[in-house]
Amino acid sequence: MKDNPSRPLYLVPYYIWIALFVIAPIALIFYFSFLDLTGAFTLENYQNFFSSVYLRMTLSSFWYAFLITVITILIAYPTAYWLTKTKHKQLWLLLIIIPSWINLLLKAYAFIGIFGLYGPANKLLQTLGAGPWQILFTDFSFIFVSVYIFIPFMVLPIFNSLDKINPALIDASRDLGASSFTTFRRVIFPMAINGVKSGVQAVFIPALSLFVITRLIAGNKVITLGTAIEQQFLVTQNWGMGSTIAVFLILFMIIIMMLTGHKEKGGAYNGKTK
Amino acid sequence: MKEIVRAAIAILLVSAILLYVVNAMEKSSATIGGGSISVYNWGEYIDPELIDQFEEETNISVVYETFDSNESMMTKIEQGGTTYDVAMPSEYAIEKMKENDLLHPMDHELLPNLENIDPYFLDLPFDPGNEYSIPYFWGTVGIAFNPTLLEGQTFESWDDLWNPTLEQEVILVDSAREVIGMGLNSLGYSLNSTDMGELREATDKLKTMGPNVKAIIGDEIVEMMRREEAAVAVTWSGQAADMMWINEDIDYVVPEEGSNLWFDNMVIPKTAGNVEGAHAFINFMLDAEVAAQNADYVGYSTPNEEAIALMDPEVTGDERFYPPEELRERLEVYENLGLEMLGIYNELFLEFKMDMEN
Repeated sequence: MKDNPSRPLYLVPYYIWIALFVIAPIALIFYFSFLDLTGAFTLENYQNFFSSVYLRMTLSSFWYAFLITVITILIAYPTAYWLTKTKHKQLWLLLIIIPSWINLLLKAYAFIGIFGLYGPANKLLQTLGAGPWQILFTDFSFIFVSVYIFIPFMVLPIFNSLDKINPALIDASRDLGASSFTTFRRVIFPMAINGVKSGVQAVFIPALSLFVITRLIAGNKVITLGTAIEQQFLVTQNWGMGSTIAVFLILFMIIIMMLTGHKEKGGAYNGKTK
Repeated sequence: MKEIVRAAIAILLVSAILLYVVNAMEKSSATIGGGSISVYNWGEYIDPELIDQFEEETNISVVYETFDSNESMMTKIEQGGTTYDVAMPSEYAIEKMKENDLLHPMDHELLPNLENIDPYFLDLPFDPGNEYSIPYFWGTVGIAFNPTLLEGQTFESWDDLWNPTLEQEVILVDSAREVIGMGLNSLGYSLNSTDMGELREATDKLKTMGPNVKAIIGDEIVEMMRREEAAVAVTWSGQAADMMWINEDIDYVVPEEGSNLWFDNMVIPKTAGNVEGAHAFINFMLDAEVAAQNADYVGYSTPNEEAIALMDPEVTGDERFYPPEELRERLEVYENLGLEMLGIYNELFLEFKMDMEN
């Protein structure tokens, strides 16, 4: 393939695709962010973003996204590790992935029922002698549901990188006298770190802009940047401000991608599913 | 590689078949007779049987789509690419659509049933002479509450919502003008205030309601109240009627400081493809029997005098949903405040959501 002179020709569709669906939208967002309500050029949107409301919204979005990501890792890492040890890996993996095929809205509505005052969660609490508690529309329910939704996206990359580790390396580590903790710390963890990084990218960035769950599960008591963008576009019709928030979201994403990017050749450890 | 090609071919084949079927279906429905119209309405805002009846009577097939806010409806029509023939915006949205030249004028000759409408609802300030819009439903904003979950608490005033006994019991509707408007009303200001001092005061007052606020949500309110998950909700009269339909304990009241009186009217967007069919549909909805059946189903108040005569007097005599004219005096209609003010209302609403004291 490498010597094929017509190779650049094959790339044309991809260039067109990237130009139309990646570069053009970002350029448009950037362009709109400098327009005010009447369509005139302005820097006011950026000035407005640094007002206290949006700054605090950014901070709280980051805080919730951080919590969601950390809890997701805490659950997903051991799960992925255990998965690599089981007999029917692919079956278990499929069972974990299947829920992510169900529409997000459907899952959110299901949780409204589960967490309701008369829902199964409170029934269980009551038989245990506690409650009923207000579970729905709290920080707890918001984080719980978000973590639940994101778990497959964290398990998958971590599983892939753990699964690719050559077992001979672990045996070697053991043979050389390392305890299982040291083996994990010095061999398994560094080799699977890229899976964790990919997982963080797949969870943290979408978590910054969650907006369906903020309304249905958190009752709009948690406000993220996603909520603000939706409102600016659909309700206020201030596309300029909506785009400005989106520009910042893109900037945050780039920063996070850079922080979690792969510096060494280790890229082969992840990204490729199966 | 072979598998990928095979999969791609399979997807293309399935898509082609689906495309063919869709085309065939559209063709068959179009050949029946009077063509088709597409209606763009709020969710849960028509008796579906009436659509069937209209299709049978006129041979015009109806494509029915729904929206959940005036703003999203306007955005969609404004962007073009749609051919909605009839839409049901609220009064301030109609004003704005008129300004933006998005509406097709009504031909009153084609609407003989217009005489069924109570003159009170005609020739209103947002559309003098009903040049562009025809009344569909009207209603108020108020407080729905479930006395069985409350200890004798009543709601004469908006201020009652701040009562400390209501901790975590109040649901608010997720709409900036309703919530900020409630804050303004509770202070005795106008719903249409553009005074930054008044707006600031209202927002600050709303923030102190934080501990009582259970959630700020949309159509889910009805389900929440029905299932007694919450005791109190600030919502539209029709949503309250929906709740009461299932849960008879629920009551509805419009606080004495005043509130919002709103009208949803039928309009024909400029982008309509079948203006004649649209008129036929609007005239059909104005028919006394049809309007009565629709009002029974939807639960909002009908402006159709002849329809009211056909309905259960227990329903139409209920002052909570059909407030007499002297009560309507206390109520205010939303004015189109312009995009800039709308932006400020929304920013304050966002600030309220973020700063609610817990």
